[in-house]
Amino acid sequence: MIEFVRNVRLWFEPQQIRQEGGTPDYRFSLANERTFLAWLRTALALIGGGFAVDQFLPDLRWGWRVGLALALLAAGALCSLRAVNHWVRCERAMRRGADLPVSRFPAVLSLVVAVVAVAMVVVVLVGWEG
Amino acid sequence: MSAGPVAQPVRDPGLQPERTRLAWRRTTLSGTVAAVLAMRTALHGGVSVAGGIVCALCCGLWLGFLALAHRRISALTASGEPSAFAPRQATATVLVTVALAVCGVALVL
Repeated sequence: MIEFVRNVRLWFEPQQIRQEGGTPDYRFSLANERTFLAWLRTALALIGGGFAVDQFLPDLRWGWRVGLALALLAAGALCSLRAVNHWVRCERAMRRGADLPVSRFPAVLSLVVAVVAVAMVVVVLVGWEG
Repeated sequence: MSAGPVAQPVRDPGLQPERTRLAWRRTTLSGTVAAVLAMRTALHGGVSVAGGIVCALCCGLWLGFLALAHRRISALTASGEPSAFAPRQATATVLVTVALAVCGVALVL
């Protein structure tokens, strides 16, 4: 948690990153930037999915619909915050010449998406019967 | 084979700047889809003052996202070695995305 707070400071202070280690090959930095953008697209897709659940499943019960939409929106926000955090950590690791950080986040996100997908199937089937 | 001290910027055979530029384009497209869905949600079921305000807010967020992407794309297309992606830019992009999600929560509830 303390590590995370320290990283949050880095998000806003580019000079601090520059002070550490040497500048890596710009192609590595660009690859890191593209990974960040890919995570951001994932986040945007989750947010779009949240809006879509709210808009295109109007026959669902209010609780289910709002719950699913909120879960997707929260996952999107979390994913985007994690994207910038991971980008900062990778950038710093590359400057120090250290190993790139490992993360449990992809596994957690896949599990969450799987659970939401199954919930969606169940909810749509039950919703149609009722 | 002795190159001068100021060598002509070599075109990167891996096309890294171009790929990064296209990644930004894809991301703006995803952002556009999310923003359009947000505006649809805001204006669904008649125009109200609150809905209009949230719609304008989403529109502004989308424009902000476009502006950020445009700045970065211009930096990438400039000749020579592209400048590094600043943490502040990354944070700004992420904050716009989170703000869109917050608008979504406000709209859904």
